[in-house]
Amino acid sequence: MSETTEVRAGALDVLGWTCPAPLRNQPRVVMGHGGGGAMSAELVEHLFLPAFGGPDLAGTVDAAALELGGARLAFSTDSFVVRPLFFPGGSIGDLAVNGTVNDLAMSGARPAYLSCGFILEEGVELSVVQRVAEALGAAARTAGVEVVTGDTKVVEAGHGDGIFINTSGIGLIPHGVDLRPQRVVPGDVVIVSGPVGVHGVAIMSVREGLEFGVEIESDCAPLAGLVEAMLAVTEDLHVLRDPTRGGLAAALNEIASASGTGVVVQERAVPVPAAVANACAVLGLDPMYVANEGKLVAFVPREHADAVLAAMRAHPLGREAAVIGEAVEAHPGMVVARTGLGGTRVVDMPLGEQLPRIC
Amino acid sequence: MKYIDEFQDPDLARRLLDEIRSTVTRPWALMEVCGGQTHTIIRHGIDQLLPDEVELIHGPGCPVCVTPLEVIDKALAIASRPGVIFCSFGDMLRVPGTDRDLFQVRSEGGDVRVVYSPLDALRVAQQNPDREVVFFGIGFETTAPPNAMTVYQARKLGIPNFSLLVSHVRVPPAIDAIMRSPSCRVQAFLAAGHVCSVMGTGEYPDLAERYEVPIVVTGFEPLDILEGVRRTVLQLERGEHTVDNAYPRAVRPEGNPAARAMLADVFEVTDRSWRGIGVIPDSGWRLSPRYREYDAEHRFSVTGIDTREPAACRSGEVLQGLLKPHECEAFGTSCTPRTPLGATMVSSEGACAAYYLYRRLDLTPAAASDSLEGSAVV
Repeated sequence: MSETTEVRAGALDVLGWTCPAPLRNQPRVVMGHGGGGAMSAELVEHLFLPAFGGPDLAGTVDAAALELGGARLAFSTDSFVVRPLFFPGGSIGDLAVNGTVNDLAMSGARPAYLSCGFILEEGVELSVVQRVAEALGAAARTAGVEVVTGDTKVVEAGHGDGIFINTSGIGLIPHGVDLRPQRVVPGDVVIVSGPVGVHGVAIMSVREGLEFGVEIESDCAPLAGLVEAMLAVTEDLHVLRDPTRGGLAAALNEIASASGTGVVVQERAVPVPAAVANACAVLGLDPMYVANEGKLVAFVPREHADAVLAAMRAHPLGREAAVIGEAVEAHPGMVVARTGLGGTRVVDMPLGEQLPRIC
Repeated sequence: MKYIDEFQDPDLARRLLDEIRSTVTRPWALMEVCGGQTHTIIRHGIDQLLPDEVELIHGPGCPVCVTPLEVIDKALAIASRPGVIFCSFGDMLRVPGTDRDLFQVRSEGGDVRVVYSPLDALRVAQQNPDREVVFFGIGFETTAPPNAMTVYQARKLGIPNFSLLVSHVRVPPAIDAIMRSPSCRVQAFLAAGHVCSVMGTGEYPDLAERYEVPIVVTGFEPLDILEGVRRTVLQLERGEHTVDNAYPRAVRPEGNPAARAMLADVFEVTDRSWRGIGVIPDSGWRLSPRYREYDAEHRFSVTGIDTREPAACRSGEVLQGLLKPHECEAFGTSCTPRTPLGATMVSSEGACAAYYLYRRLDLTPAAASDSLEGSAVV
């Protein structure tokens, strides 16, 4: 360090201590721009939206709600670049269907049709492409959607990662359903449909060759049926989110920010499987920030919370649903956790990628 | 492994807190040395639950934060070279050098890879014999032995294309330097349990005696921290100053002899500059002359680096307990984890980052809404 002078006596010169330089905006895309956190949001807000010149909210919600010919359509698109292509509990084919189906379902829509674009890297074995395509087809049948249009491109070897997939989807939003974070009011009850962090840890375990003692399977699943069961109790759900990249923390922060309410989470009420908790403890990660692919978080008016929770628990994908917190007037736009010991902490929007800690 | 729930049990925590409350009669300032402990304390709100008389000062024990800027700049220069695969633990990728970080090097085409074990980097070297593979060996006594092992194995297996960029630091000289500081307010230390699991407790009695401070070896789960605080306060109240091991499930007095032997073979003690602090004599390790050929600094002879620290921030005062992170005027405004002005805002184990992530809101328990336990929906 250039300015420091060696203190041979061993005493610290506190007044001479200096600090590192700030790191401002990156001139290039870094991985954090795709992490689903603050950097992703800034990229959309400051680069894409001004360039597109579309409506203010375009690109800031998982699915757009559109009026077309008297019908209310939900329209969504998502790209899938997961590595490895096959992992415990699913594959990129399952994700490509369920990711888009769930984005549609979070707007209350019944997903109907998907498009499917494959970008294949030169050299990938056709048997692998076939397995992915078959998994995608099976997932579509399970989710009750049809793949009705598609496209295939091939890039030179070294210019892709085997297989990339983009799916877009449309669905019909039932009359009377209006799911938006702006509808959240203090007093709303926050419910999560099951254990969090499972998908992210499953992917990490195979991607990095980490062994956590037990095999953790991804929770990848289509949630439209669960949403339908919830809407059958009351159309007056306020907002739903599937906490994928950035995990529960990102989803709650997005809702708090867009609704202008605060959110309080009881940390001990958040269901975290022991295997996920242990894996996160080893890696220095927080389960609240780890991705899910078959879970939703719901903000429900207090008077309907019991009935909605019961309906969720009666559905196979909501058996372990739990109330984890509530919307509050205090600290608008901010998510706060009550810790198991009785303290409080802020649950911040993740910045970019979650990084394993050194020790 | 069922430890996590057991070591976060609220009833046991309450009991320990009650004991601490009934023991303490006057103000005491304790320093937790390790950033992992700082993270636990803030994440679980332990500092809010302790009686007002017990002040926790957050020490300089975050290896990511204290890695010198010059070394970071060397890492960036080496990682930018064609033909190099640069391997690092994940949280080093975001640490800013003079003008960029390893994420940016990667976005510019550098081959920067996150590994979970230093031996993974050695495997990368075996799989890429035509490339130079460099591992960024940073951290305290905890991470030093496995990093030393990579070099030991590289020699044993004859892997010539592997080298280590070393910036290891040692805890006891840092404690010594803190206690010598004229502005020091620290009256006791929670020693870092994982460091002691390697080094044992033999380096601490001399410090405890010389500066008349209790040193309690402490673990990382909430109950570990509370037990460490309880034992420390007990000693302070009795006027004692001994080394006590409150983390016996991981720490033996002799530490881990095999790991210590590995350190003695591969490394030698050296003066080390700590980012944000300055040079502390004998506070680091570098590769010993026997292994100099595996030293990345030597191999790549990185020169001509213009390392520039900006105007000083106040992290030095934070590390001394003279200032709480949120009392700094830059906190949360010009200085955030996204744009860190100081070492302590870089890693989530840094005190400022922990405060920013978890404590931006001065909540009273009431403001945080009453517990949902009374709610009809739970």
